[in-house]
Amino acid sequence: MSTEYQPQRTIRETVSYLAYLVWSGFMNTIEVVAEAIQHRVGIDRMGYFFVLPNMLIFGIFVLFPMLLNFYYALTGGTNLFLNERPFVGMQNFNTLFDCHNFFEPNSCNVPADIFWRAIFNTVLFVILQVGGMVLLSLVTALVLNRKIVGRGFFRSVFFYPVLLSPVVVALAWKWILQREGLLNALIESFGGEKILFLLNGNWPMFWVIIVSIWATMGFYTLILLAGLQSIPSDLYEASAIDGANEFSNFRFITLPLLMPTMFVVLVLSMIRAVQVFDQVFVLTGGGPGTATTFMVQFIYDTGFSNQIQIFGLASAASVVLGIALLILTLIQLRMGRESSMV
Amino acid sequence: MTIGEFINGRRGKRSFHVTDLLSYFYLTVGTLLMFGPVVWLVMSSFKTQAALVEFPPQFLPYVQQTVEVEGYDDPLPIYNVTLDDGTIRTLAQVRRVGIEAQMVDPQNPEEIIKVNIKQREEIRQIRLAWENYVDPLERFNFLTYLKNSVIVTVVATLITLLINSMAAFALSKYNFKGRDTIFVIIIATLMIPISVILVPVFLVITSVGWNNSLWGVIIPGAATPTGVFLLRQYMLTIPDELLDSARTDGASEWRIYWQIILPLAKPALAVLAIFSVMWRWNDFLWPLIVLSRNELFTLQVGLNSFQGELNIQWHYVLAMTVLTLLPITIVFSFLQRFITTGIATTGMK
Repeated sequence: MSTEYQPQRTIRETVSYLAYLVWSGFMNTIEVVAEAIQHRVGIDRMGYFFVLPNMLIFGIFVLFPMLLNFYYALTGGTNLFLNERPFVGMQNFNTLFDCHNFFEPNSCNVPADIFWRAIFNTVLFVILQVGGMVLLSLVTALVLNRKIVGRGFFRSVFFYPVLLSPVVVALAWKWILQREGLLNALIESFGGEKILFLLNGNWPMFWVIIVSIWATMGFYTLILLAGLQSIPSDLYEASAIDGANEFSNFRFITLPLLMPTMFVVLVLSMIRAVQVFDQVFVLTGGGPGTATTFMVQFIYDTGFSNQIQIFGLASAASVVLGIALLILTLIQLRMGRESSMV
Repeated sequence: MTIGEFINGRRGKRSFHVTDLLSYFYLTVGTLLMFGPVVWLVMSSFKTQAALVEFPPQFLPYVQQTVEVEGYDDPLPIYNVTLDDGTIRTLAQVRRVGIEAQMVDPQNPEEIIKVNIKQREEIRQIRLAWENYVDPLERFNFLTYLKNSVIVTVVATLITLLINSMAAFALSKYNFKGRDTIFVIIIATLMIPISVILVPVFLVITSVGWNNSLWGVIIPGAATPTGVFLLRQYMLTIPDELLDSARTDGASEWRIYWQIILPLAKPALAVLAIFSVMWRWNDFLWPLIVLSRNELFTLQVGLNSFQGELNIQWHYVLAMTVLTLLPITIVFSFLQRFITTGIATTGMK
């Protein structure tokens, strides 16, 4: 009986043995080099050796470009390489801010009108998406925090879309929202008329927000649920002795103690909402017109997708985006310090 | 209240309350909304082109039954036809002219029966259109995209795990000049996404000659601040005495790293590995910029270029979308408890 399993086991053993050989061979090879270095520099300075590969890549591909971005924003032309780019000072920023009235994108000259439209769209998106999502995540987390049969299952259900790629998410919804799609079939079966969800009026923005909430709320639900479960249960027991009802429990125990977690969720989700791009790019392509064009897409279009690639303008726009993100991060750091002191 | 008793029977402690019912209602609706779009996507991906354009759409992938009739080259679709005298016969349709259909009895193919199209009703059966899945494999570069995605995901994750864990080891177990500065820089850039520095990173990539190369996709995101931070916090909990006693036994620093620290940091490494696989598999904007040659596309970029074509071939797009979400779904269904608790405790993405 057991002989049938013998070959399989040896194959598996062989594979894992080979993997171990490769792995330890690799590590032993580096060890020769590392030991030689250790002999020269001593144990304490081996820290530099270990941190070096990471910081090298980090320096070249993150830190250096971050600094370069500022300089790039001050140069003009359509060449990518810096020595072929003339220094133009604040011209790119002037182009982006070339408006009569900043609250009226139509009063701006091209391409500032698209930039400001993108800013307004992004602000609107951040407010509605984050607001709606935090609310839904909170309700879901509160429900999941009850004594629910199958909590693990439901937690996974709400989390599943988080893992899906933005392209997959967008295509799944595009299929539902198209003219002959499932949603229009449902509407017709209730006697309504077909709606062009991705083309008409405010529908595209509405669906971009809904799809984005759908795809991300599970993540924040998990964080909020973890926050809820870290609230000590004896607080509720004590309030039960005092005769408090469910609502005052929520108002005076749950909500205040959940505030730090709420704050993390709020800032994380805002930082991500400001960068909204891929789902929308596949779902609506930023359209119709510029109805769902957001800041990252403006950068992408200006620098990479349009016929003429205006790298300087794209850089200037990313400086603006970076400043917005920096402000959000600073708020988080500040408030994070305050809440950790409590 | 039998349901209530059932629930109470499982849970015991509290008496049943109307809010429990509301909770389960909420969760049921939530489950439908969360799974619905994906279920619909999967069902649709098994439909033939004809069934896809049908409106209103059916849930199950139906196809019309056909029959081989003597004297006709192609198989003919069959219908239930209500004749004028009220009898119902099963006939095959030869052709349709306006509102009139010319039908034949498969048993008696000589005689043509003309009926109004309102009198006939399709006979259907359930059939999965596997050709939606098979055709793209042959006609498009699907397998190439898949290969590129797998290469990017695996290589990037291995590199990330290696260099991040080395850096985390240095930052948690050594006292060297500049250590705190490095750590502060890493913390400060936790929130800086690549979308803010697209142009200069593209310049660096182009200067290195990695434009239109998978390395250009893999390397820039490899030194993740998130990973270094996560691993460092975990390695701080490993006692220093372990390292000291290993040093007394004559182990080199590198041996301490790979034979003591790495095995002990396995849980944190696993969380980072899952994150990295997720990031890389789903990555879109950066590969979209770096890769402009079709044979280098990753799955996400390839999928997007498909759906961007003027005539969306939905039957292929849907099937390829399902194939793209399949690996992540399988991994998730096995590791869901681990992933959900891992994310809840580290709280980042």
